Amino acid sequence: MAEPIGIQIRNLYKIFGNDAASLIDKVRTGTTKTELNDKYGAVLGLNNINMDMAAGRIQVIMGLSGSGKSTLIRHINRLIDPTAGEVLVGGEDVVKMSPEALREFRRHKTAMVFQKFALLPNRNVLENTGYGLEVQGIPREKRIETSMRWIERVGLKGFEKKYPNQLSGGMQQRVGLARALSNDAPILLMDEAFSALDPLIRVDMQSVLLDLQKEIRKTVVFITHDLDEALRLGDSIAILRDGEIIQQGTSQDIVLKPADAYIANFVREVNRGRVIHVEAAMSPLVADTALPSGSVTEGTSLDDAMKHLVASGADRLTVTDAQNRPLGLLDSATIVAALVGI
Amino acid sequence: MEFLSKFPQMDDALLRDLKKSIDESFRGFTRAYGDGIESFFEPLRLFLVYAEQFMTRTPWIVIFLLIMAIAWFGSRNWKIVVGAAATLLLIGYFGMWDDTMKTISMIFVCTVISIALGIPLGIAMSRWNRVQSVVNPILDVMQTMPSFVYLIPVVMLLGIGKVPGLIAVVIYAMPPIIRLTNLGIRLVDADMLEAADAFGSNGWQRLSKVQLPLALPTIMAGINQTIMMALAMVVIASMIGVQGLGQPVLRAISNQYFTLGMFNGFAIVGIAIIFDRVSQAFGKRLQKHTEVVHG
Ligand SMILES: Nc1ncnc2c1ncn2[C@@H]1O[C@H](COP(=O)(O)OP(=O)(O)O)[C@@H](O)[C@H]1O
Ligand SMILES: [Mg+2]
Repeated sequence: MAEPIGIQIRNLYKIFGNDAASLIDKVRTGTTKTELNDKYGAVLGLNNINMDMAAGRIQVIMGLSGSGKSTLIRHINRLIDPTAGEVLVGGEDVVKMSPEALREFRRHKTAMVFQKFALLPNRNVLENTGYGLEVQGIPREKRIETSMRWIERVGLKGFEKKYPNQLSGGMQQRVGLARALSNDAPILLMDEAFSALDPLIRVDMQSVLLDLQKEIRKTVVFITHDLDEALRLGDSIAILRDGEIIQQGTSQDIVLKPADAYIANFVREVNRGRVIHVEAAMSPLVADTALPSGSVTEGTSLDDAMKHLVASGADRLTVTDAQNRPLGLLDSATIVAALVGI
Repeated sequence: MEFLSKFPQMDDALLRDLKKSIDESFRGFTRAYGDGIESFFEPLRLFLVYAEQFMTRTPWIVIFLLIMAIAWFGSRNWKIVVGAAATLLLIGYFGMWDDTMKTISMIFVCTVISIALGIPLGIAMSRWNRVQSVVNPILDVMQTMPSFVYLIPVVMLLGIGKVPGLIAVVIYAMPPIIRLTNLGIRLVDADMLEAADAFGSNGWQRLSKVQLPLALPTIMAGINQTIMMALAMVVIASMIGVQGLGQPVLRAISNQYFTLGMFNGFAIVGIAIIFDRVSQAFGKRLQKHTEVVHG
């Protein structure tokens, strides 16, 4: 298994249009996306992006359509060249790589899953899954062995000889996932990989990904326009608007401390009980009083704590850390207050 | 008012001299390089001769079975195979077997050459817009120029015979394969190319594993058109010495042999239909998996 590697993005700008290089200073000194388009006919794709994506974690990038998500993720494997800035993967700047080095980088360090699957219609599941290995020049025997392992792992055993047009959308994207995983690259890039799927299938695929991630520990960059998906998958979430990052943090940070009205607006629709953790709602320990005997560990969702409270019949719970040390207290009133956001 | 009633054309003597000097210089070129050009095309002549000898000297039953096998593996359709068999047997029964074999060998060689030249050219056009903008007008001219006209320089250079006939047929029949190769590659979904790039394909892998396979049904349509156009040229090519079904037709025209003309004409139509059905069915089979069934 490939060692996880982190990704750092530094001062990244992308301007679409002729003469982008000469417009970069205008953007640096504060020209907005709208002004740039009106005055110079250029589109500001990304505006001074700075990010640290931790090795082996799922980094979600969220934003509405046109906010620059696809542009950003395509800079990581340089399907798009930046106008300025650095993309450091394992300390090496992708932007400065020669064409040969870039090809090797794409073959061994990254793998990508696409919104519209992008499977080759003339190849069956097995041949599609082995595409990345074929490009690397891996011998046929080895290719089939690896592909079969991943086909089985994503739940498509028995479908190896089927063609993409004989499969449902969900199954096609499993092939897309198997193709990416066969590469054994430490970085997995997923551009709205589940957005084209029906809601139930989508949740199913999210579970597949989370389940796999426990085992494969890749640095996953996951793009979505769906906040629920973002909160469910993301170890860390970045929110993008008009090519700018307007907030970065954990799901807790986003839901509890939205950076502006725009994000607050999104967050209003979220099921808070499932997202917010007990430590965000608890009240401080009171000195010299006995702790309630029932307890929950930090990181438990409010929903689960509430269930625990009701089931045990107690009126208060102790919140503890992983080592069972008490951190705070929780009762139904504090839970409800956190749920409704006061 | 002579200026308005008669087009102000170039001076007659000047025009005559112009034509004469172009003709002269072309003749000079022919005299100087004709032999060289002829020996350049010698391998082509040998290819033609071997193909024709194979088709005419092999026992007819072997050729017949061979064509049936190709029809079956191309189309996987019994109706097409039976139709092809009936057509060939009728052609043979009416005494046109040898001429038909000569024509088929000619079409075969012409198609092979068109593929060998046309597909690389089509690929180059799809890759570089500059090449496309140069080649497209040339193809327009090739397709609209009356075929008799470009027989003239070909005959001046190479005389009467198989090779000049072949060259004329190839020039006439090659444009569809070039155009449709170019078109097929350009129509390949950008998502597919992005996926190919994202997995680190180099230029050749991108072409051979993604672009050509996805363009193949379109390229097959081009090959089909090329074969049809080559067949359409058979009679004209026979004027400069190509043997086969065209020559009896030519004889029938000059001697008013109505039945001879009709028989050979129908034989041409017959093999055209066989080629067309088999290559189209083959193209369809290639396309089997490319239609999206589910959303
Ligand atoms: N090749 C391009 N040329 C010009 N503008 C582009 C190009 N690609 C993307 N854009 C623009 O950049 C912005 C971000 O696009 P994109 O990254 O595709 O957004 P998202 O994936 O978030 O929907 C949009 O305004 C889009 O119109
Ligand atoms: Mg997008």
